[in-house]
Amino acid sequence: MSDSDLPQCPRLIARALRPLPPLPLGLALSALSRRLSARHPSMLRRLGEYAERAVLIDPTDLPFVLRIEPAAGPRVTAHRRGSAPQAAARIAGPLSALTGMLHGRYDGDALFFSRDLVIEGDTEAVLALRNALDDAELDLAAELAALAGPFGWAVRRVVAVAERASGLSLHREDLANGAFR
Amino acid sequence: MMELVCPAGTPAALRAAVEAGAHAVYCGFADETNARNFPGLNFSRAEMAEAVAHAHARGAKVLVAINTFPRAGAEAMWHRAVADAETAGADAVILADPGLLAHAAEHHPGLRRHLSVQAAAANPDAINFYAEAFGVRRVVLPRVLTVTEITAINREIDVETEVFVFGGLCVMAEGRCSLSSYATGRSPNMNGVCSPASHVVYSEEADGLRAALGGFTIHRTPPGRPAPYPTLCKGCFTSGEQTGHVFEDPVSLDATQLIPALSRAGVSALKIEGRQRSRAYVAEVVRAFRAAVEAEAAGQPLPVSLLARLTEGQAATTGAYAKTWR
Amino acid sequence: MDLTIGPNQFFWPAETVRGFYREMAATPATRVVLGELVCSKRLPFWEGEIPGAIEVLQAAGKEVALTTLALITLKRERRLTADLMDMGLPVEVNDLTALHHLPAGQPFWVGPLVNVYNEGTLRWLAKRGAVRVCLPPELPLASVAVLVRAGADLGVAVEVWGHGRLPLAVSGRCYHARLHDRAKDSCQFVCEDDPDGRDVETLDGQPFLAVNGIQTLSQSTASAAHQVEALREAGVSALRLSPQSRGFAETVALYHRRLAGGVAADKLAQAVRPWVPGGALSDGFLTGPAGAAWSGA
Repeated sequence: MSDSDLPQCPRLIARALRPLPPLPLGLALSALSRRLSARHPSMLRRLGEYAERAVLIDPTDLPFVLRIEPAAGPRVTAHRRGSAPQAAARIAGPLSALTGMLHGRYDGDALFFSRDLVIEGDTEAVLALRNALDDAELDLAAELAALAGPFGWAVRRVVAVAERASGLSLHREDLANGAFR
Repeated sequence: MMELVCPAGTPAALRAAVEAGAHAVYCGFADETNARNFPGLNFSRAEMAEAVAHAHARGAKVLVAINTFPRAGAEAMWHRAVADAETAGADAVILADPGLLAHAAEHHPGLRRHLSVQAAAANPDAINFYAEAFGVRRVVLPRVLTVTEITAINREIDVETEVFVFGGLCVMAEGRCSLSSYATGRSPNMNGVCSPASHVVYSEEADGLRAALGGFTIHRTPPGRPAPYPTLCKGCFTSGEQTGHVFEDPVSLDATQLIPALSRAGVSALKIEGRQRSRAYVAEVVRAFRAAVEAEAAGQPLPVSLLARLTEGQAATTGAYAKTWR
Repeated sequence: MDLTIGPNQFFWPAETVRGFYREMAATPATRVVLGELVCSKRLPFWEGEIPGAIEVLQAAGKEVALTTLALITLKRERRLTADLMDMGLPVEVNDLTALHHLPAGQPFWVGPLVNVYNEGTLRWLAKRGAVRVCLPPELPLASVAVLVRAGADLGVAVEVWGHGRLPLAVSGRCYHARLHDRAKDSCQFVCEDDPDGRDVETLDGQPFLAVNGIQTLSQSTASAAHQVEALREAGVSALRLSPQSRGFAETVALYHRRLAGGVAADKLAQAVRPWVPGGALSDGFLTGPAGAAWSGA
């Protein structure tokens, strides 16, 4: 796997996101994270003491970075790149690598070996977060659909279109069928 | 068919392994009793019981690794782990410490005992000795032997052998290495970690990625080149005029093509390394190896391995199985 | 507390070995373990010196034991191990394989390369006849104290690594040969060029390790100079001093004076340092954050 094999977030989307104010984005993501955390209580348990350590998620093809504090809710805040507050560690890579890892499409170590993923700072905090998320088997598409209540079917359809258009992994892979790439 | 023994660092990885065709899954409790005591990894007591039920319902076994060396004055933690593995319904425990083996043989005689690779039993005398002294039924062979030596060993012993076929490669005799604690204070034998993440510092520098362990530079990777994990024995060092991988290149083991030879050598089980890896890795590697052992059992040609990019350094070796490695 | 001289880990010419053990006979050490620890291929070059060394050491009143190899793999090595049991001297086991060949009830010693980490293992070894155990060097002082107490109940004398480059790992692969682009089977005995092992530095020039055939050592020389009181307090029966190519008799004498209260910790460290290969000391396994750490100045 090399950089070129991983889908980049289309420029158009990245540009469209640029004027987005970080605050509401952070609030929306915090709400989603709290929901995920409530539905997957084993995640925080698995994080243990590492839940106290803030981690910066840096999707390098998007105009902002996310700071996650698992123990605080969890709380997610969005920041312009370079103006994020201090964090214990930073994980950086294309959005497709990050969501692909979350959904079981990619293996984190393999992404690291290929340099598609860059890790800085407290490696333990990163490992703990990665392992906790991997065990939780999250499915962003399903969670977003559930949030949308009766309009869940519409969300699913939009996500599917977005997924095809962008090449991003937005739902959990069914590992039994060899979806892994 | 040879038994495929697959890694699981989390319940999700265990389910992935079982679905992908693992005959047995090995895993450990979330504490220093097992040799993959990493942040966010491993099983609580409740998770272990659920995992065993899940695997048994699908015809797979669960082997519990309790393969560190109990700390003096704190052996009770390891004794409890053995008892809890039995309670959870584990099919076997994988042990390395003679004291713990003696304890398990005495107090849990009905619980099958495997000798961990951490015991580094590398010849028939040692294996027969562990079998006689502790009733060990299977030995995980150290990754220092050639296929010819494995064949010879199997002729002289009565217990099953299990060998590693994929994943990280220890170049030192396992369980007999304190390089990690020399640099960091934490070792596989005492703490269940090697080159622990807590002591790793990556920094992006002008000439590439520097990885240091306990303050010692393990390697510098130029931009764009595959980055190895800063495992001590796979570091790049200088000795006299020479600079390079003094101990081992950052490669990992892939013995797919040796499966027929290992089968002829009398090996009972093939083991995949990687309890610290994701469920995605487990699913892919297990699926590939299940196909390979089935092909071997049916006398068909082996599928070509496509697993290289999952490996460290993105390069694979057949390791010590070929004598040239030494 | 007394002194044990451990087996020489390196490959020295036969004459050097002969001179070395004559010198050791005159030191205040109580006992000496000798024999080939690291590589069976070296043995034919110097095994002729072993009977003479035993004789001169015993004549000087030393207790003498023979070590097994650290890693027994080949058939020839298994035979060698079996033969060792009939030499009429205590055997120091440095690979548990040797227990398979040990006649039941024959007392034996256990070397630092056997994993004795806890009371359970110590008890099991004692039951099989272990009477003296040198603990693995990576054990912290707290574990040493627990094991010494257990040893006292079991009649096992417990030794601790007192001085020498630390034996950190053994492998099936020969690193000396690898550094010379040779396979283990055609090594041409290049390890003989490095009487204290071959130094390995990090890419940033930090002194780090040393290779010695299939063995990996610390580049620093471990010294328990600062822990003598704590080890004595814990009940440790002996300090193990591991041979080095220069000033070893002087080193043994210095440790003896330290045990007798004739020299302070920092003075001992200062005095042994000039003889130590590379000059770096460490004691982090016993009391520090990592093995490489040094508590002295």
